[in-house]
Amino acid sequence: MSDEIQVKKTMDLKGMPCPMPVVKVSKGIKEVEVGDVIEAITTDPGSLSDFPAWARTSGNEIIKTDQDGKTIKFYIRRNT
Amino acid sequence: MSDPNIPVNAIKELESQIADLKLKIEDMDKKNPSNKLSMVVFSGDMDKILAAFVIATGAVAMGMEAVMFFTFWGTPVLRDKKKKPGPKDLISNMFGMMLPKGTGKVKLSRMNMGGIGTVMMKSLMKKKNVASLEEMLAMAEELGVRIFVCEMSMDLMGFKREEMIDYKDITFCGVAKFLEEAKESRIQLFI
Repeated sequence: MSDEIQVKKTMDLKGMPCPMPVVKVSKGIKEVEVGDVIEAITTDPGSLSDFPAWARTSGNEIIKTDQDGKTIKFYIRRNT
Repeated sequence: MSDPNIPVNAIKELESQIADLKLKIEDMDKKNPSNKLSMVVFSGDMDKILAAFVIATGAVAMGMEAVMFFTFWGTPVLRDKKKKPGPKDLISNMFGMMLPKGTGKVKLSRMNMGGIGTVMMKSLMKKKNVASLEEMLAMAEELGVRIFVCEMSMDLMGFKREEMIDYKDITFCGVAKFLEEAKESRIQLFI
């Protein structure tokens, strides 16, 4: 796992419903450098469509999505 | 430039055409809506105001600017429950008492059932971790959502600026100020 993706920061967004996961991640990603990857963990099923939409609009990139039961892990590279 | 095969007139004409095009592009740039959301918050219902704040904060997360124009039934909700407005005339006092004073006092637009529905909804929201109106307002302020308050509605209902909430980016204004923002916004909503 760890040799695949270098994660600069992990955000625990479990239990948060809309709009908080997207609001928090948009703030959190600004705290790492451009090119860095953050890991965001959510349990909101809506985030499966919201995070890609947010990434496309804000110009960031979701490089990997892992789903384990209700828990969803997004690996997002800051591009802007 | 001094190629003898090209007549001076042709160059002049091209230059003037380019100048014309430049002006046209500048004009189009001005008309191009910016990455902004402008919203009229007319409703004073808890559910609708919550939706308005969810959309506004979401817009900022998407990298947009957001402006919320509170008018009519939306205005009393922006009163600060801790602030005392001072003496008012009878009708203003009545409006002041009958309308919700602050985000904590608003009711559901449906299934209010004499207040029971709103209480149930609030406890459900807490249980499901849905942000309350107070939290959404604080989040909006932190994210830089701009709030405009309709001066005419305030005057009509007898609200004073001194009794409104403390909010970083609040402007008391009229419709023209809002339309200036809405005109150049890609998204405009009426809630």
